[in-house]
This record gives sequence, structure tokens and C-alpha cells, in this order.
Amino acid sequence: MLQQILNAALVVGAGIGVSIFYYVGSNVLLDRLAADSVRADGTHIARDRIRTAIRPWLFVSPALIILVIYLVYPVFETARLSLFDRSGSQFIGLSNYLWALRDPDFQQSILNNLMWLVIVPSMCTALGLLVAVLADRLKWGPIAKSLIFLPMAISFVGASVIWKFVYDFRAGDSPQIGILNAVVVALGGEPQTWMAIPFWNNFFLMAILVWIQTGFAMVIFSAALRGVPEETVEAARIDGASEIQIFFRIMIPQIMTTIVVVWTTITIIVLKIFDIVLAMTNGQWDTEILANLMFDWMFRGGGDFGRGSTIALVIMVAVVPIMIWNIKRFKAEEDL
Amino acid sequence: MSGKIPFLNMSPGRLAATLLLLFLCLIWTIPTAGLFISSLRDKDQLIISGWWTALITTERNERGRTGPSDAQFEREGEFVIAGSFIPEGSSKSILSFGDQQNDLGAYQPGETLVRGDGKRFTLWEDGSYEYVSAIPFDLQRGQRFFFVATIPPTFSLANYREVLTSEKIGQSFVNTFTVAIPATIIPILIAAFAAYAFSWMKFPGRQLIFVFVVGLLVVPLQMTLIPLLRMYNTLGSVLGIEAKSYIGIWLAHTGFGLPLAIYLLRNYMTSLPRDLIESAKIDGASHFQIFSKLLLPLSIPALASFAIFQFLWVWNDLLVALVFLGKRDDQIVLTSKLRELLGSRGENWEILTSSAFISIIVPLVVFFALQRYFVRGLLAGSVKGG
Repeated sequence: MLQQILNAALVVGAGIGVSIFYYVGSNVLLDRLAADSVRADGTHIARDRIRTAIRPWLFVSPALIILVIYLVYPVFETARLSLFDRSGSQFIGLSNYLWALRDPDFQQSILNNLMWLVIVPSMCTALGLLVAVLADRLKWGPIAKSLIFLPMAISFVGASVIWKFVYDFRAGDSPQIGILNAVVVALGGEPQTWMAIPFWNNFFLMAILVWIQTGFAMVIFSAALRGVPEETVEAARIDGASEIQIFFRIMIPQIMTTIVVVWTTITIIVLKIFDIVLAMTNGQWDTEILANLMFDWMFRGGGDFGRGSTIALVIMVAVVPIMIWNIKRFKAEEDL
Repeated sequence: MSGKIPFLNMSPGRLAATLLLLFLCLIWTIPTAGLFISSLRDKDQLIISGWWTALITTERNERGRTGPSDAQFEREGEFVIAGSFIPEGSSKSILSFGDQQNDLGAYQPGETLVRGDGKRFTLWEDGSYEYVSAIPFDLQRGQRFFFVATIPPTFSLANYREVLTSEKIGQSFVNTFTVAIPATIIPILIAAFAAYAFSWMKFPGRQLIFVFVVGLLVVPLQMTLIPLLRMYNTLGSVLGIEAKSYIGIWLAHTGFGLPLAIYLLRNYMTSLPRDLIESAKIDGASHFQIFSKLLLPLSIPALASFAIFQFLWVWNDLLVALVFLGKRDDQIVLTSKLRELLGSRGENWEILTSSAFISIIVPLVVFFALQRYFVRGLLAGSVKGG
């Protein structure tokens, strides 16, 4: 064990050391190579213009090189590969796209992704808003908020294990150890294999993401609700509005932009959701979604890069418009 | 005030709010609590009773077999087989017993059961028994009796000990750190230099390049995987090195994290007062000095927020690890390992629960220790959107 830790520390240290060495070294080198000098006849040659011209590039070039290799090139390459066969060597035009349109798994994924897109963001928004409103009125609200926010720290795989245990099913008369089936049995129902009930199993998977993401929505709404001017609420109260009316007529309109922000952010997460489905069902029992299908084709039978790329491109086309809107909004907020 | 419920001193609306929030909190914590409690339970109890019964003593129907006739000895003219149905060191005890499977409650511990053939069987609370007969026993395999055992709640770290050693979760834990630490520090370092250049140095195309970098935020991870996988495989076979390596995954995480890091840090650095940088310049400080001695320390809040976000993102990532790292013991990370266990040890809940808890312990500690930075980092990271 100690050996492993030492090895890891060594590797980590080397990786970070090399990066630091580059910046320090390249700057020193520039100062040496383009140093001011004095000629034999006594004239002073200043090279600070060369140094000012080069130094910015020493600072930005590592970032730019990595970005080009890891983001720019792959986008074009994926687009290109989507027009090629499984090995990426034979041009086959739009065949992959035509295949996708007819592929039952792909159709299933699109359908499921649409369901996820409708349900998860709306559930997270509604529950997040509910908790934010309730917690701000109660003394123990901060504790409640911490508890609801906690799943945000847990990985999707970790959450999958947690929920797989909740959904566990025991056959026959043996006592149920999954709490959901235990509750069902206690209420007089029949225990179910929740993951294998087509159509409805999607909702049990979605519950996991809602469980994780509600905390995110709650934190943002909580901050936004505190920004609602007290006078507007007070005025409505004097006019005899009920708490529920105040919430829907006064608060909601004032935090509408925040609601849209939360909604879109969760939408992007949903579009790329992968880990939960991979860990829980791996797309079995009609739960396939795009990101998992893409991953599947990446490795299925040695990998079909053409089809994988096609699915990746579909995800990209869905994500980009929302992302652009989101960044614009973020920038507008920063500029305030 | 009227309308209050006298005993609770609360208005009905407030009571409803309290109950509703309490209910939501319960739903949100029960799954994690179940995992944690289960991971501390005995693995045999874990599969026969729900974790919510862990705090109370459970009862279980069991059967035991006496020793065979070889084990009998003579005592005062009678023949006796003696022994115990409960292994030594177990905390189980006998609640009742009988010789019929459907009549377990027939006899209390200490009572003597007289069988049809006159043989007498006595079972005590601690599991020890005596089987007495007037004539020599002729039993090939011993006689079966049935009993109800009570099992007091026991908690131990045995499951953790098992997964850390035999399932090699400890190694995965170290591997995850080996991925996560450089994958957090390297992008911060690279982004900080770039952000400084974008905010305080003059070079042609500065604005245009920055906009381009921010634009890369829209690229979903999935778009990059196949080309990078192909590139790594080619590099691996051409150079004769391993295609799956730590350096490979560090650089991949760096690439995916850079746009956000540069964007956040540049915004932060631009907001620092211009006079500060100008006066440092007049004092003869070089760009490198201004950056490392002045701007970097000043940017710590922004750096910390991004660092927490990136660290947790990398720690919890599965997709990138599956693509860029191998599944050998010296490379597999916790998320990837957990996914493997879900497949191979899907019914071994003692292994799954304790492994899962080990994998979430670091994020939980970060969460509780740095809650404020955590939330801030998370909000900033929402632009990246997972």
C-alpha cells in the first residue's frame, strides 16, 4: 500500500513539476536569449520589444495547443468520421445517418431522451423551488438545505449503487432488503423488479438524477428568492394576498430568469446523462439513451467509429444552442 | 394569535410546511443512510433483513444437526451426544426450538423435548445441546432440530477491511487521487497563465482568441472521445508505448477543463484594479513576477472555486476514465471499479455498499469542509453543464 502511495505521489509530482518547469524555464530562456546587450563600440541594444512580443505566446501557447488537440480537432474529426464506415477508412456518405433513423435502439434513445428532457428539469425545478421556499421560512431550514444538497457531491455511479439498493428485489417469500419493495409489501402489494418494467423503469432512473440535481436548483433559487424585494411581498400582503398567491403572482415572475437558467443547465446535464443508465441497466429493458448508445457503439465489436460519431454529432446538435444561450446569459450577468 | 394549533404553537400552514420539508428531507437522506448502515452490517444479516431492522434484534429460523452416533459417550448408563448449534464467538442466542420444521416455538431454551422413541433433547440459550438416549444411538448423520435464533445488531468494519484488501478498493482509491490531483492542478496552472495573458498582456488577436476559447465551452465531451481514442491508440502503437496512461487522462481532463478555467480566471483577473499592475510594472517587475507574486495570490478565491469544481468533477467522472484508462489494478479508478463490481458482485451487497461509501467519502468531506466554496464552484461550473 505504502509503495502504491509513493509511486502515485512520484507520478503526480513529476506531472506537476514538468508543467511548472515549462513556464519558469521558458521565461528564463527568453530573458537569456533576447537579453539586452552592449556592443564592442559601447552602443546599448535593447531587445525588450522582442521579449514583449514573444512572452504572451509563452503564456498562452500551452493552453492553445491543448485546446486545439483536445477540443478543436476532435470536433472536426468526429464530424468527418460520421461520414465514414466503422473503421473510419471508407467514405459512405450519409449511410450512418440513414442507419440511425431506422435503428430501433436509436429511436428508443431519442424517445427516452425526450422523456428525460421533459421530466427531470421540471421535477428538479419544482422540487428545488419548493424546498427553497419552505427552508427559508423554517428555523432548521439550513440543515434541510444541506441534506438536500448533499447528493450533489456524490458521483453518478455512487448514486446508482445507492439507488440500486433502494430498488433491490428478492424473489419468493424472502424478506425484501430494498426499501421500496419493503414499503410496497408493507402496504400489501407485490414486490417488483423495478428495473425490468419497460417504460416505467425510465422514471425510476430519472428519480436518481432528480435526487442528485434538486440540490443545485434549490441553492440557486434560494439565492434568487432572497433577492426579491421585501416591499413587493409586503405590499401584496397588505392587499390581502394569501401566501400561495404571493408565491405564484409576486415571487415566481420576479425570479423567472433564474428558473429558465436552472432549467437549461439541467437540460444540458440530461442530454449528456450516461453513467446512471450504464450502471443501472446498460440500456436494457428499453432504457437506452443517446450518450450510452454512443459509448456502446464506440466499443461494440471492436468499435464502430462511424456510428458512434454520428450519435455524438446528434448530441452536439442538441446541446450547442442551449449552451450558447447559457453562456450569453452568464456573460450578461457577469457584466452587470 | 387565532388559528394556531395550541399544543404546537404553530399555524396550520407552518405545520404543513414543516411536515412537507421533513418528508422531503427523509426521502433525500434515506437512500444514503441505507447504504452507510448496510456497509457496517454483517454480510449474512445484510441479505436476509432490511437495513432498517439493523438497530433491533432480528429473529431467524435456523436448523441444526446433532453429532452422529460416533460422537456419543456413556454417562450413568445412558448415551449422550452433546455439542452446540451456535459457533463459538457468535452473538446469536436461542429463542425457542422444536423437532418439526413447522413448530419452532414448541420449547423454550432449557426445556427438554421428549421424542416418540423416548430420546430426550435439551437445548440451552447459548446453543449448547444434549441428546440423551437409554439405548445406544444409531445415527449416520445426526438428528435434525429446528430453532429460532435471535441475532443482536452488530456493526463492524469487516466489510471495509474486505474490500480494501481482497477487492483492491484501496488501490483504486490511490489511483483516483493519482488522476484527480494533477488533473486539477495542471489545468489551473495552464489556465492561470493564459488568463493572465488574456487580461494583462498585449498581443495581436487577443480578443478574438479569447472569444474562440470561450466558444469551446459548448463542445460536449462525447464529441471528442472517438478521435482522441483513435489518436491515443495510434500514438501508442507508433511510439510503442501504452495507449492508456495517467499522462493521457491528465491531458484529456486538462483539455476539457481549460475553457471554463480560462474563462473564469480571466474574468476574475480583469476585475482586479489596473493601478496595482501598473505600479508593479513601474517598479520594474516583469510579467512573470507580476503574475506569480501578485496576481496568483490575489486570484485565490477564483482558483479555489474552480479547483473544487474540477477536483470533484474528475473524482466523480466515469466516462473519461473508461475511455482513457485501463482496467488493470494499477489504473482502475473508483467509479470504474464500482461499475465493474455492479456487474460482477451485483448480489454481494456488503462489497457494493462499502465500496460505494469509500468512493463518496472524499466528496462528502470536501462538501462538509468547504461548503461555501463548493457551492460557489458548483455555480461557476454550471456553465460547463456536467
